[in-house]
Amino acid sequence: MSDLPRILIIDDEIQIRRLLQITLESNGYKIYAAASGEEGLQQVAMTRPDMLILDLGLPDMDGIEALKKLREWSSIPVIILSVRSNETDIVAALDAGADDYLNKPFRTGELLARIRTALRHVTSPDGENSIFESGPLWVDLNARIVKIKNEIIKLTPTEFRLLSLFIRHAGKVLTHQFILNEIWGPSFAEETQYSRVYVGQLRKKIEENPTTPKLLVTESGIGYRLEVIE
Amino acid sequence: MNTSDTNRPDPDALLSILKKEEEKTKKARLKIFFGMCAGAGKTYDMLKAAHDALSKRTDVVIGYIETHKRPETEALLHGLPAIPRKKIDYRGTQLDEMDLDAILARRPKLVLVDELAHTNAPGSRHAKRYQDVLELLDHGIDVYTTLNVQHLESRADTVAQITGATIRETVPDSVFEQADEIEVIDISPEELLQRLNEGKVYTAERSQQAIQNFFREGNLTALREMALRLTAERVDHQLRDYMKTQRISGPWKSSQRLLVGINASRHCVALIRWARRLAYATNGSWVAVYVETTRQLSDSEKSQLSKNVKLASELGAEVITTADDDIAKALVRVAREQNATQILVGKSKYFLPFGKSLLEKIIEISGDLDIHVVGGAMDSAGRFRWLRLPVLHSAWMQYLIAALIVIAVAMICYPISPWLGYQTVSFILLLTVALMPLKFGTGPVLLAAASSALIWNFFFIPPQFTFYIGLTQDALMFLTYFVIASVTGTLTARIRARERIVIQREVRANALYALTRDLSNARNQDEVAKASVSNIENFFGGEVVIFLSDLSGDLLPQPHSASTFHADSKEFSVPAWVYWNEKKAGKFTDTLPFAAASYFPISGPRYPLGVIGIILNRSFTIDQETLLENFIRQIASALEREQLNEINKNSIAVVESERLYKTLFNSISHELRTPIAAMITASESLQHTESLKQNSLVMNLLGEIHTAADRLNRLVGNLLDMARLESGHIGLKADWCDVHDVIYSALEKLEHELSTHTVTVEVSQDLPLIKIDFGLMEQVITNLLLNAATYTPQGVHIEIKAYKESNDCILIIADNGPGFPTEALPHLFDKFYRVPGTQTGGTGLGLSIVRGFVDAHRGTISAENKNTGGAQFTIRLPLHTIPATEIITQDV
Repeated sequence: MSDLPRILIIDDEIQIRRLLQITLESNGYKIYAAASGEEGLQQVAMTRPDMLILDLGLPDMDGIEALKKLREWSSIPVIILSVRSNETDIVAALDAGADDYLNKPFRTGELLARIRTALRHVTSPDGENSIFESGPLWVDLNARIVKIKNEIIKLTPTEFRLLSLFIRHAGKVLTHQFILNEIWGPSFAEETQYSRVYVGQLRKKIEENPTTPKLLVTESGIGYRLEVIE
Repeated sequence: MNTSDTNRPDPDALLSILKKEEEKTKKARLKIFFGMCAGAGKTYDMLKAAHDALSKRTDVVIGYIETHKRPETEALLHGLPAIPRKKIDYRGTQLDEMDLDAILARRPKLVLVDELAHTNAPGSRHAKRYQDVLELLDHGIDVYTTLNVQHLESRADTVAQITGATIRETVPDSVFEQADEIEVIDISPEELLQRLNEGKVYTAERSQQAIQNFFREGNLTALREMALRLTAERVDHQLRDYMKTQRISGPWKSSQRLLVGINASRHCVALIRWARRLAYATNGSWVAVYVETTRQLSDSEKSQLSKNVKLASELGAEVITTADDDIAKALVRVAREQNATQILVGKSKYFLPFGKSLLEKIIEISGDLDIHVVGGAMDSAGRFRWLRLPVLHSAWMQYLIAALIVIAVAMICYPISPWLGYQTVSFILLLTVALMPLKFGTGPVLLAAASSALIWNFFFIPPQFTFYIGLTQDALMFLTYFVIASVTGTLTARIRARERIVIQREVRANALYALTRDLSNARNQDEVAKASVSNIENFFGGEVVIFLSDLSGDLLPQPHSASTFHADSKEFSVPAWVYWNEKKAGKFTDTLPFAAASYFPISGPRYPLGVIGIILNRSFTIDQETLLENFIRQIASALEREQLNEINKNSIAVVESERLYKTLFNSISHELRTPIAAMITASESLQHTESLKQNSLVMNLLGEIHTAADRLNRLVGNLLDMARLESGHIGLKADWCDVHDVIYSALEKLEHELSTHTVTVEVSQDLPLIKIDFGLMEQVITNLLLNAATYTPQGVHIEIKAYKESNDCILIIADNGPGFPTEALPHLFDKFYRVPGTQTGGTGLGLSIVRGFVDAHRGTISAENKNTGGAQFTIRLPLHTIPATEIITQDV
């Protein structure tokens, strides 16, 4: 039983904790729970979980604050739980080192998918595999070859850099600030139009129907995510 | 000691050069077309330069050009846009003036203003045109202008001497020095005279007159030399400045510093101009010193003194006032304090009562200082003498009364002198003279002393009725009497005068103290205003008006309620000008002198704080104005203190309320959503549990729970959005977005709700990115789509269109359902409004939230029924220019 992935839930709402515990345990995870930020951080240190689900509204400290403290000494995947219309907090949490986020109320399927993505990152570190596949998209990062349904397509240098950035963080949500910083540098962190324009161009080349993207999806008010389609 | 130190430029001098440079770059550029006299072709050359600028696409306009009907010049006016002149009615005639406000409103890059020395018509804002030009420069507008050498303040005297013509219109040298570029328009006298003869300058008749008077060849040569020399001096100065900043060692020696003594005399004007020329020629700075003595100044002297002081500071002197009865000592003392190397005094202007002239005294005590003596009074002798009565200065009435008192006392004594003896009478008279200084100045007292001596001699000393004195002891007594009377009289008078100055100073100090005390007790701006008005009124005795600025930095058009004089809206233009230009204006000034009051800016260290106006019967003396300036400085710091306080308080309140709001909002939304989230997640989990999927009853009930929870979730969402809108805490996070993305995002969320309808999306290709809050706009589209899905029957087609129209983005969401009842159309966006007869299950908040969010984007939304049937919502959002559009081309 000790092989099961272990997840720590930090949420002050007993109902949410219980609900998550029941749902996730029935899906094959070992669950620990904490009701406050302080207790949660102690639990991380003691139980060494594989993953953390963190609510942003905690009684003793801000979720972002707890996250920042955690990131000083731990790099375990973290999924943020939040309510709608809190995009600023979500972006702040992602920039502070969270791996993903989920709005309450969430669908069980969605939660499980996010957990799988987050855990996969830990098991297969970057750079090992230069081939990436998701639905119709096939990319060889080393050879710089991009194929859609087995047909080679041409990307500009910037488009390719953008795509490989998404592939390196496949399944994870990337904030505009993160994308801009990685591709264009820190002085462009506010120039959202760059990422919008380039993601638009990239979609035209890799999506079957660019108006209803399946691969590069928009996370409203936050950024983009490259979906991993099995 | 390091020898290279001597080569090092003086830091103060460097700083002042840098400051000059800084002022130049900050301000707009001034170019002067400078000539020796009229007809040299300045205006012509200026217009040609303007055409050059125009061909380089500079925005150039004519502010004021005087062509004097010269055809060559007039031809150049073509093609240059002109600002129409302003007509000013003055005593029945119409005068043309430059329209300063129109130019300021038009904001050209460059404006042409002819004849810099021109005096504006009464009723203009400024008395002189050069002040208009300075204001234009202050507002960042470049100016080309023309000027003749004779109109330069420091040269006016010399020109008057050479040509015999009096120069009334002058321009301060500081304006000339401030010019970034001087272009000399040189023409030889012969050529000019030829032009005159050809009638190219004036009409034939006027030409002849002109040639005989002003335009004599000798005059012209002298003027030409003066213009060229002045320009050469300027070039020399610029070269020196340049060499100093570049540390090129040169022949200059340490800066000369010149001190000039000024007084309340009219002749001082020439002395001051002389000093300036000398200072400029020796490349030195200069100080003008006024020594305040116990001697009382008459009103005309006071006003002349103000003029002299103003002239000196206009010509670039540092003006210092010091109090001392010994003028020579004071001048030498200040010279040492100020490190002056030379003292400049006028010849034979001052005579001390006893013995040595001022000049002799200065020479005696000045040690190693160089003394320049400037001579020559130009006024008639009579006037000169009148001014030279330095001791007899009190009002004539005082002399008369003093004399009458002496006569009256003598008349009382006369009948009783046989009993008293004439010696006793002398004591009574002496007492009278000794008491006089209590009321009178030195002059009347001296008069009383002299007249009483003579009266005593004539009427009392035997033999009576002659000035002859028989006895030796009587003669001795008469002499002693005269000396004692004069000495006691003058000494007491002097003590009195000194006492008066001390009292005056004390009064001033007390006034300042009272003001600062009141100001420090004031707890808010209103109290500061009240204290200011009452203190100024108490001390200066005129009605006072005070205008304050609001927190955003605009001057409030209503005078503060503490004001004792109400300025109407017409008068308000004067304080408004004072506020924005931070210069005094109004009555008794050169700017807007037709105002009812004189206005002074209350300048804070960073920005103007307000304006104080005061109604006076006559112009301020220097003393009063200095004191008022001190008052205003105190008021400014008190006002600033209170304003900062206010701003601080406000910002604390805002931050506090925002923090509180956010905490409350977050905790409420947390509290409401958590149970809903639990319900939705739990019911969904159950729906996906394999063992339950066979039991249709359970599955149906779970579906109901799920739907109800979803509805509740949406309701809570709407209520929270409404609360955000109502409280004004939307906090728009606008960012560049693709409209397509927003629409798709909304559609994806409503996949389930829209499954019974068909949807088409059409976004035009040329629609650029738009700056919106992604989340809010997504909510707008979601609400509109949900509305269509809920209130139209199954199978209805929903159409979403987005395109660009002029500078707006148009977003249309339409359906081919039944449309709205006509009576519902005006109320659709009202809060809690529900279209009558629709199914239950809504709060009537969705559309009012939509409108709130669209409003927050400065957009508009409208609803209508299509001609072809069905409802249509049209959203219009402003498009912004996208920065850095080159990104597409840079990466091919």
